[in-house]
Amino acid sequence: MLPLDPEGLYFILSGVLFTIGAAGAILRRNVIVVFMCIELMLNSVNLVFIAAANELSSVDGSIFVFFIMTVAAVEAAVGLAIFVMVFRLQNTVNADEINLLKG
Amino acid sequence: MDMVSFKGLVVFASAVVAVAASLLMVTRRNPIHSALWMIVTFFNMAVIYLVLNAQFIAVAQVMVYAGAIMMLILFVIMLVHMETGGVVDFRKFHRSTKTMIAWIVITVILFIEIVMGAVFYQMTGQSGKYTVEAVSRVGHVKTVGALLYTQYLFPFEIASILLLVGIVGAVVISKRK
Repeated sequence: MLPLDPEGLYFILSGVLFTIGAAGAILRRNVIVVFMCIELMLNSVNLVFIAAANELSSVDGSIFVFFIMTVAAVEAAVGLAIFVMVFRLQNTVNADEINLLKG
Repeated sequence: MDMVSFKGLVVFASAVVAVAASLLMVTRRNPIHSALWMIVTFFNMAVIYLVLNAQFIAVAQVMVYAGAIMMLILFVIMLVHMETGGVVDFRKFHRSTKTMIAWIVITVILFIEIVMGAVFYQMTGQSGKYTVEAVSRVGHVKTVGALLYTQYLFPFEIASILLLVGIVGAVVISKRK
Protein backbone atom coordinates (compact mmCIF):
# COMPACT_ATOMS: atom_id res chain seq x y z
CA MET A 1 0.00 0.00 0.00
CA LEU A 2 1.30 3.40 -0.96
CA PRO A 3 1.78 6.10 1.66
CA LEU A 4 -1.55 7.79 1.17
CA ASP A 5 -2.82 10.88 2.92
CA PRO A 6 -6.43 10.76 4.01
CA GLU A 7 -6.90 13.66 1.62
CA GLY A 8 -5.36 11.58 -1.13
CA LEU A 9 -8.57 9.56 -1.33
CA TYR A 10 -10.59 12.72 -1.95
CA PHE A 11 -8.06 13.76 -4.58
CA ILE A 12 -8.41 10.39 -6.30
CA LEU A 13 -12.21 10.66 -6.25
CA SER A 14 -11.89 14.13 -7.72
CA GLY A 15 -9.53 12.79 -10.39
CA VAL A 16 -11.97 10.03 -11.31
CA LEU A 17 -14.84 12.51 -11.63
CA PHE A 18 -12.69 14.94 -13.63
CA THR A 19 -11.64 12.17 -16.02
CA ILE A 20 -15.24 11.07 -16.52
CA GLY A 21 -16.19 14.68 -17.23
CA ALA A 22 -13.30 15.20 -19.65
CA ALA A 23 -14.03 11.95 -21.46
CA GLY A 24 -17.69 12.88 -21.81
CA ALA A 25 -16.84 16.40 -23.00
CA ILE A 26 -14.63 14.93 -25.73
CA LEU A 27 -16.89 12.09 -26.79
CA ARG A 28 -20.45 13.36 -26.55
CA ARG A 29 -22.03 15.26 -29.44
CA ASN A 30 -25.01 16.83 -27.74
CA VAL A 31 -23.78 20.27 -26.66
CA ILE A 32 -25.99 20.29 -23.57
CA VAL A 33 -24.49 17.00 -22.34
CA VAL A 34 -21.02 18.40 -23.10
CA PHE A 35 -22.00 21.41 -21.00
CA MET A 36 -23.03 19.14 -18.12
CA CYS A 37 -19.70 17.32 -18.39
CA ILE A 38 -17.91 20.67 -18.02
CA GLU A 39 -19.99 21.36 -14.91
CA LEU A 40 -18.90 17.98 -13.56
CA MET A 41 -15.24 18.92 -14.15
CA LEU A 42 -15.76 22.20 -12.29
CA ASN A 43 -17.34 20.27 -9.44
CA SER A 44 -14.44 17.85 -9.15
CA VAL A 45 -12.09 20.84 -8.87
CA ASN A 46 -14.33 22.20 -6.10
CA LEU A 47 -13.87 18.91 -4.27
CA VAL A 48 -10.08 19.33 -4.33
CA PHE A 49 -10.40 22.85 -2.96
CA ILE A 50 -12.65 21.73 -0.10
CA ALA A 51 -10.53 18.68 0.76
CA ALA A 52 -7.29 20.67 0.80
CA ALA A 53 -8.85 23.49 2.82
CA ASN A 54 -10.15 20.97 5.34
CA GLU A 55 -6.72 19.40 5.67
CA LEU A 56 -5.01 22.76 6.13
CA SER A 57 -7.61 24.25 8.53
CA SER A 58 -8.45 27.05 6.15
CA VAL A 59 -11.67 28.56 4.78
CA ASP A 60 -10.05 29.94 1.64
CA GLY A 61 -11.09 26.77 -0.17
CA SER A 62 -14.74 27.51 0.54
CA ILE A 63 -14.30 31.09 -0.72
CA PHE A 64 -12.72 29.87 -3.94
CA VAL A 65 -15.51 27.34 -4.43
CA PHE A 66 -18.01 30.14 -3.92
CA PHE A 67 -16.42 32.12 -6.77
CA ILE A 68 -16.23 29.03 -8.98
CA MET A 69 -19.95 28.51 -8.41
CA THR A 70 -20.60 32.13 -9.39
CA VAL A 71 -18.67 31.69 -12.62
CA ALA A 72 -20.47 28.40 -13.30
CA ALA A 73 -23.86 30.07 -12.84
CA VAL A 74 -22.96 32.89 -15.24
CA GLU A 75 -21.58 30.33 -17.67
CA ALA A 76 -24.84 28.35 -17.47
CA ALA A 77 -26.98 31.43 -18.13
CA VAL A 78 -24.98 32.67 -21.11
CA GLY A 79 -24.20 29.23 -22.51
CA LEU A 80 -27.80 28.04 -22.43
CA ALA A 81 -28.92 31.30 -24.08
CA ILE A 82 -26.40 30.57 -26.83
CA PHE A 83 -27.73 27.00 -27.19
CA VAL A 84 -31.30 28.26 -27.54
CA MET A 85 -30.17 30.77 -30.19
CA VAL A 86 -28.20 28.11 -32.07
CA PHE A 87 -31.23 25.83 -31.99
CA ARG A 88 -33.40 28.60 -33.47
CA LEU A 89 -30.91 29.23 -36.28
CA GLN A 90 -29.80 25.67 -37.06
CA ASN A 91 -32.61 23.54 -35.64
CA THR A 92 -30.07 21.25 -34.01
CA VAL A 93 -27.84 21.14 -30.93
CA ASN A 94 -25.52 18.47 -32.28
CA ALA A 95 -21.91 19.65 -31.96
CA ASP A 96 -20.95 17.96 -35.25
CA GLU A 97 -23.62 19.81 -37.23
CA ILE A 98 -22.92 23.27 -35.83
CA ASN A 99 -20.15 24.28 -38.23
CA LEU A 100 -20.96 27.87 -39.22
CA LEU A 101 -17.44 28.99 -38.37
CA LYS A 102 -15.89 26.45 -40.73
CA GLY A 103 -14.22 28.29 -43.62
CA MET B 1 -9.83 8.88 7.12
CA ASP B 2 -10.81 5.84 9.07
CA MET B 3 -12.60 3.60 6.63
CA VAL B 4 -14.51 1.65 9.28
CA SER B 5 -15.92 4.72 11.03
CA PHE B 6 -19.38 5.99 10.25
CA LYS B 7 -17.89 9.02 8.49
CA GLY B 8 -15.72 6.79 6.35
CA LEU B 9 -18.68 4.67 5.36
CA VAL B 10 -20.72 7.76 4.43
CA VAL B 11 -17.88 9.11 2.31
CA PHE B 12 -17.30 5.74 0.66
CA ALA B 13 -20.98 5.27 -0.21
CA SER B 14 -21.29 8.84 -1.50
CA ALA B 15 -18.14 8.47 -3.57
CA VAL B 16 -19.32 5.21 -5.15
CA VAL B 17 -22.75 6.62 -5.95
CA ALA B 18 -21.23 9.86 -7.30
CA VAL B 19 -18.88 7.99 -9.65
CA ALA B 20 -21.63 5.61 -10.79
CA ALA B 21 -24.09 8.46 -11.38
CA SER B 22 -21.53 10.50 -13.32
CA LEU B 23 -20.71 7.45 -15.47
CA LEU B 24 -24.42 7.03 -16.18
CA MET B 25 -24.66 10.77 -16.90
CA VAL B 26 -21.98 10.50 -19.56
CA THR B 27 -23.34 7.35 -21.19
CA ARG B 28 -27.12 7.92 -21.30
CA ARG B 29 -28.50 8.73 -24.75
CA ASN B 30 -31.43 10.72 -23.44
CA PRO B 31 -30.29 14.19 -22.21
CA ILE B 32 -33.07 14.28 -19.60
CA HIS B 33 -31.70 11.12 -18.01
CA SER B 34 -28.21 12.64 -18.13
CA ALA B 35 -29.44 15.73 -16.31
CA LEU B 36 -31.19 13.67 -13.62
CA TRP B 37 -28.08 11.54 -13.01
CA MET B 38 -26.09 14.76 -12.82
CA ILE B 39 -28.37 15.92 -9.98
CA VAL B 40 -27.67 12.63 -8.16
CA THR B 41 -23.94 13.30 -8.53
CA PHE B 42 -24.32 16.82 -7.15
CA PHE B 43 -26.27 15.61 -4.12
CA ASN B 44 -23.62 13.03 -3.30
CA MET B 45 -20.87 15.61 -3.63
CA ALA B 46 -22.83 17.83 -1.24
CA VAL B 47 -22.74 14.98 1.29
CA ILE B 48 -18.96 14.75 0.88
CA TYR B 49 -18.66 18.52 1.43
CA LEU B 50 -20.63 18.11 4.66
CA VAL B 51 -18.21 15.45 5.87
CA LEU B 52 -15.35 17.82 4.97
CA ASN B 53 -16.78 20.50 7.33
CA ALA B 54 -17.93 22.86 4.57
CA GLN B 55 -21.61 23.23 5.41
CA PHE B 56 -22.12 26.49 3.53
CA ILE B 57 -20.68 25.02 0.35
CA ALA B 58 -22.78 21.86 0.74
CA VAL B 59 -25.99 23.90 0.94
CA ALA B 60 -24.88 26.17 -1.89
CA GLN B 61 -24.09 23.07 -3.96
CA VAL B 62 -27.64 21.77 -3.53
CA MET B 63 -29.28 25.15 -4.10
CA VAL B 64 -27.13 26.54 -6.91
CA TYR B 65 -26.09 23.43 -8.80
CA ALA B 66 -28.81 20.86 -8.16
CA GLY B 67 -31.51 23.51 -7.85
CA ALA B 68 -30.82 26.40 -10.20
CA ILE B 69 -28.33 25.28 -12.84
CA MET B 70 -29.77 21.82 -13.46
CA MET B 71 -33.29 23.27 -13.55
CA LEU B 72 -32.10 25.72 -16.21
CA ILE B 73 -30.52 22.88 -18.17
CA LEU B 74 -33.71 20.80 -17.96
CA PHE B 75 -35.75 23.77 -19.19
CA VAL B 76 -33.44 24.24 -22.16
CA ILE B 77 -33.49 20.52 -22.97
CA MET B 78 -37.28 20.67 -23.12
CA LEU B 79 -37.18 23.96 -25.01
CA VAL B 80 -35.11 22.51 -27.83
CA HIS B 81 -37.25 19.33 -27.94
CA MET B 82 -34.64 16.76 -27.05
CA GLU B 83 -36.72 14.83 -24.53
CA THR B 84 -36.45 11.69 -26.62
CA GLY B 85 -32.77 12.09 -27.33
CA GLY B 86 -33.24 13.85 -30.66
CA VAL B 87 -33.61 12.45 -34.13
CA VAL B 88 -29.88 12.27 -34.78
CA ASP B 89 -28.73 9.41 -36.97
CA PHE B 90 -25.84 8.07 -34.89
CA ARG B 91 -24.38 5.99 -37.72
CA LYS B 92 -23.95 9.12 -39.81
CA PHE B 93 -21.73 10.72 -37.19
CA HIS B 94 -20.01 7.59 -35.96
CA ARG B 95 -16.53 8.33 -34.66
CA SER B 96 -13.69 6.85 -36.68
CA THR B 97 -11.32 4.33 -35.12
CA LYS B 98 -8.52 6.91 -35.04
CA THR B 99 -10.69 9.29 -33.03
CA MET B 100 -11.59 6.56 -30.59
CA ILE B 101 -7.95 5.57 -30.09
CA ALA B 102 -6.96 9.21 -29.54
CA TRP B 103 -9.81 9.60 -27.08
CA ILE B 104 -8.84 6.49 -25.11
CA VAL B 105 -5.17 7.54 -25.00
CA ILE B 106 -6.03 11.06 -23.80
CA THR B 107 -8.44 9.78 -21.16
CA VAL B 108 -6.07 7.11 -19.81
CA ILE B 109 -3.12 9.52 -19.67
CA LEU B 110 -5.21 12.14 -17.89
CA PHE B 111 -6.50 9.62 -15.39
CA ILE B 112 -3.08 8.14 -14.63
CA GLU B 113 -1.58 11.61 -14.22
CA ILE B 114 -4.25 12.71 -11.79
CA VAL B 115 -4.18 9.52 -9.72
CA MET B 116 -0.38 9.43 -9.55
CA GLY B 117 -0.38 13.09 -8.54
CA ALA B 118 -2.93 12.39 -5.82
CA VAL B 119 -1.11 9.30 -4.54
CA PHE B 120 2.40 10.75 -4.39
CA TYR B 121 1.42 14.25 -3.32
CA GLN B 122 2.60 15.38 0.08
CA MET B 123 0.68 18.25 1.59
CA THR B 124 3.29 20.89 2.43
CA GLY B 125 1.13 23.94 3.06
CA GLN B 126 1.04 25.75 6.37
CA SER B 127 -2.01 25.09 8.51
CA GLY B 128 -4.35 28.02 8.89
CA LYS B 129 -6.12 29.26 11.99
CA TYR B 130 -9.59 28.05 10.96
CA THR B 131 -9.59 24.66 12.61
CA VAL B 132 -12.78 22.62 12.76
CA GLU B 133 -13.37 23.63 16.38
CA ALA B 134 -12.76 27.34 15.71
CA VAL B 135 -15.11 27.32 12.72
CA SER B 136 -17.85 25.33 14.44
CA ARG B 137 -17.85 27.76 17.37
CA VAL B 138 -19.23 30.57 15.19
CA GLY B 139 -20.52 28.50 12.28
CA HIS B 140 -19.17 27.96 8.80
CA VAL B 141 -21.58 30.41 7.15
CA LYS B 142 -20.54 33.24 9.46
CA THR B 143 -16.86 32.50 8.96
CA VAL B 144 -17.15 32.49 5.18
CA GLY B 145 -19.39 35.57 5.19
CA ALA B 146 -16.99 37.53 7.40
CA LEU B 147 -14.08 36.67 5.12
CA LEU B 148 -16.08 37.49 1.97
CA TYR B 149 -16.95 40.98 3.22
CA THR B 150 -13.48 41.83 4.52
CA GLN B 151 -10.49 40.12 2.99
CA TYR B 152 -12.22 39.05 -0.23
CA LEU B 153 -14.42 42.12 -0.71
CA PHE B 154 -12.91 43.14 -4.06
CA PRO B 155 -13.23 39.68 -5.70
CA PHE B 156 -16.76 39.56 -4.31
CA GLU B 157 -17.63 42.84 -6.04
CA ILE B 158 -16.09 41.58 -9.27
CA ALA B 159 -18.19 38.42 -8.97
CA SER B 160 -21.34 40.51 -8.60
CA ILE B 161 -20.42 42.56 -11.70
CA LEU B 162 -19.79 39.27 -13.52
CA LEU B 163 -23.29 38.09 -12.56
CA LEU B 164 -24.78 41.36 -13.83
CA VAL B 165 -22.89 41.03 -17.12
CA GLY B 166 -24.12 37.43 -17.36
CA ILE B 167 -27.76 38.46 -16.91
CA VAL B 168 -27.47 41.23 -19.50
CA GLY B 169 -25.60 38.93 -21.87
CA ALA B 170 -28.20 36.17 -21.61
CA VAL B 171 -31.02 38.64 -22.32
CA VAL B 172 -29.20 40.23 -25.25
CA ILE B 173 -28.26 36.89 -26.80
CA SER B 174 -31.73 35.37 -26.56
CA LYS B 175 -33.59 38.52 -27.70
CA ARG B 176 -35.38 38.14 -31.01
CA LYS B 177 -34.09 40.60 -33.56
